[in-house]
Amino acid sequence: MAGVVQPIHDEAPHHHGPPTSFIRKYIFSIDHKVIGIQYWMLALFSVFVGMALSLLMRLQLGWPGQEFGFLKTLFPTAAADGTISGDLYLSLVTMHGTIMVFFVLTTAPQGGFGNYFLPIQIGAADMAFPVLNMLSFWVTFVALAVMIAAFFVSAPNVIGPLGGWTGYAPLSAIGEDIGPGQGTGVILWVTSIALFCIASLLGALNFITTMLNLRTKGMSLMRLPLTCWAWFTTAVLALLSFPVLLAGGILLLFDHLLGTSFFIPSGLYVSGKLLKDHSGGSPILWQHLFWFFGHPEVYIAILPGMGLTSHILSTFARKPVFGYRAMVYAIFAIGLLGFFVWGHHMFVSGMSPYSAIAFSLVTLTIGVPSAIKTFNWLGTLWGGQIRFTTPMLFALGFVSLFVSGGITGLFLGQTSIDIQLHDTYFVVGHFHLIMGVAAIFGMFAGTYFWFPKMFGKMMNETLGKIHFVITFIGVNAIFIPMHIMGMAGATRRYAFHYNPYTGEGLQYLSNIVGITRFVSYMAFITIAAQLIFVANLIWSWAKGRRAEINPWEATSLEWTVPSPPPHDNFGGHEPEVYRGPYEFSVPGAPKDYVMQTDPEPVGAHGD
Amino acid sequence: MGKITGLLVILVAVFSVLLFVAQGLFFSSPLWFPQDISTHGPAIDAQFMRTLIVVAIAFTAAQVALGYAIFRFGRRGGERATYTHGSNKLEATWTIITAMVFVTLAVLGQRVWAQLHLNEAPPDAMKIEVVAQQFKWTFHYPGKDGIFGRTDPKFINDDVGNFVGLNPSDANATNLPEGTKLDPADIDPNAADDVQTGTLVIPRDRPVELTLRSKDVIHSFFVPVLRFKQDTVPGLAIKVHFTATKTGKFEIPCAELCGNRHYTMKGFLLVVPGEEYDQLIQLPQAEFTARMNALDQQYGGQQQSQSQ
Repeated sequence: MAGVVQPIHDEAPHHHGPPTSFIRKYIFSIDHKVIGIQYWMLALFSVFVGMALSLLMRLQLGWPGQEFGFLKTLFPTAAADGTISGDLYLSLVTMHGTIMVFFVLTTAPQGGFGNYFLPIQIGAADMAFPVLNMLSFWVTFVALAVMIAAFFVSAPNVIGPLGGWTGYAPLSAIGEDIGPGQGTGVILWVTSIALFCIASLLGALNFITTMLNLRTKGMSLMRLPLTCWAWFTTAVLALLSFPVLLAGGILLLFDHLLGTSFFIPSGLYVSGKLLKDHSGGSPILWQHLFWFFGHPEVYIAILPGMGLTSHILSTFARKPVFGYRAMVYAIFAIGLLGFFVWGHHMFVSGMSPYSAIAFSLVTLTIGVPSAIKTFNWLGTLWGGQIRFTTPMLFALGFVSLFVSGGITGLFLGQTSIDIQLHDTYFVVGHFHLIMGVAAIFGMFAGTYFWFPKMFGKMMNETLGKIHFVITFIGVNAIFIPMHIMGMAGATRRYAFHYNPYTGEGLQYLSNIVGITRFVSYMAFITIAAQLIFVANLIWSWAKGRRAEINPWEATSLEWTVPSPPPHDNFGGHEPEVYRGPYEFSVPGAPKDYVMQTDPEPVGAHGD
Repeated sequence: MGKITGLLVILVAVFSVLLFVAQGLFFSSPLWFPQDISTHGPAIDAQFMRTLIVVAIAFTAAQVALGYAIFRFGRRGGERATYTHGSNKLEATWTIITAMVFVTLAVLGQRVWAQLHLNEAPPDAMKIEVVAQQFKWTFHYPGKDGIFGRTDPKFINDDVGNFVGLNPSDANATNLPEGTKLDPADIDPNAADDVQTGTLVIPRDRPVELTLRSKDVIHSFFVPVLRFKQDTVPGLAIKVHFTATKTGKFEIPCAELCGNRHYTMKGFLLVVPGEEYDQLIQLPQAEFTARMNALDQQYGGQQQSQSQ
């Protein structure tokens, strides 16, 4: 679906010619642009699956135990009576989390936009290892298929694994004995994650090599768009963290299939009987392995959005990025510190309380580079001539959500306060704002910004703006109240806290029924508004106005080639770069932007 | 669109802050931390409030600045934007200020933690063992002799109420799991007067030391009114301590996902005056339970006892 490929190759031969068969062109393509779109579509599919699951969860939470006729059709065995059981609820939780984190947040910003635009922005004809690139997409695809299969290995009352996306052992290590869905369901779940790890490793190698080796003439490191720095740092994080999860996942598989006991201690008494064939394992080990990956993963999800936001703010404020070097160093600092904070997920896990203090101190210092980024975004806007296009609105929304979601980390990062807030809805609100919707606002911004380049058509601005306003209000109305619920003591992963129909549940939470329903209504509205986005995509793709080469008057290299770009991006010639990517409103320049490829010596800061 | 978006960002921020600071105005029953009945809780709440003030100021300042910039710096005719690549002086200023604020908070945030987790429980602390399982809490008291009987997973027999796997106290024990052979070395007379209950009874105003264990998967012992949470991990015995300052009956939800009925896993904490507690823990199992139920009527109150 790369649109019209326009071969502009009347010059020297390049390293691979355009494929002609449909399969090599669109399915098993080694063109980074096709692969980027494949990743983007996989994420788009996944985000709607994940959102549909959250819709069912909000139904149950708002109206616990009530019968919904359509559930009988949807899940004839798991919800035979039309209600959402505890099993089904936890499968929804697990699948929502896993699909969103891996197949949306990790996939779209890096595999999707990164694949498509990193080579073009640095002036390369393709990624360094095109075949590896194709393999990493198809392994991701298989991983998604296996994950969805895990959802449907059906015990009578359950539709999949129910240990949450963190899959804590021994709940996830013992098998069917400990609960339905924890046998074959978990095996498929962890197999899918292991495949995903392999795919991400292949992708990370490709990104790092491409950015270091394939930059075109004149593209010095400090002339790279901030998007490229973000993708590069993300790839380094992926390279160092996914192997740890992969190892953990393989050990978990061994515990299931080979009878080992990496995560299972001796003397467990499960479902009325003593487990005699396990000894010596440590449940805490799983948490260390998982979070050693899991915390950098948060930055894998958000860094590309941060890079893109910087890029878009500068472009539409018509102003250079404020503090370019500080932005690059802040990305590095976040990436580096991100490896030393995983223990803040484990303050109350039984880990040494001394380590908890060390992790807490490092965790709060990671707020410093995050604050630097926020200040620099404000500095970029200040004194600008802002053009309020849809991508700009979503980038502005990203900044707002990044502040809202990030700042509550100041509570959770403190050991003392985390005692009360750990595993409550305060955490749910916090991470959804920052790594969920802020990152997704990054993806929306990227889609509205680059759709013209990827598909050669402009997206509808009116629909885009309606989509922005409803979504921005909606996500705040969903996730801000969750912090209050968490303070009141609402625990995570509960099928309900207090059931107003039967009086069951936690009595001290009987006053959160109203706010819980409010959140559910807001979720329904916000999810419905996403159909506007889909309609816009389809309508614009079919009927949208043709995109010119540079509709946004931006400066980076992707805006020097046709929309969509030809097979090898630059039509066989190598572009030459003369300046940084954010030369907007340069005094004395004929227009308010100077392309990176413009050889005229204008502006004071061309380095 | 710029004016609308700028106002929108500011309005959303203002509503968010209001939701926190004006609970009493908007809600008939304010949503906030539940009451605190622990000696360490006020310090946690105070640290939360300190952090909340810092966060509210930083949050409002950032969102209002963002909203203002959006409102103010929309495209103005053919004018050009200010051409600047930044300012090292500004970068240094805000880096140093945020670093100082964040590190101060981080250091202050360790105080209660250190008090709870780096110090041993006082030697006179009441010792109680806690055993978590899918989807139930059991509390184990040493009985009149003050010595805990030994436990072993092979003696766990949920059907007869031996949830913690207390060793038999004599050779004629009848509550062994089916097929278990009694080895004389397993007999522990100290277990004779031990008590197991589903409600955690503790004395008011005296330090309590719990040893937390789990039989199957990870659970988490969470008492919101005690400002206390600790995971119970199979294979580990985790010691914790605290002091409660008010009598009453309070819920103990499980805070770590433990299986399909996680949301139903709830125990109760019953805080009674010290004298009542001293008498209670002398009693053997049946009388303990009866006396505990009476104390529940007396100190538990109506509101909490209707559930389960």
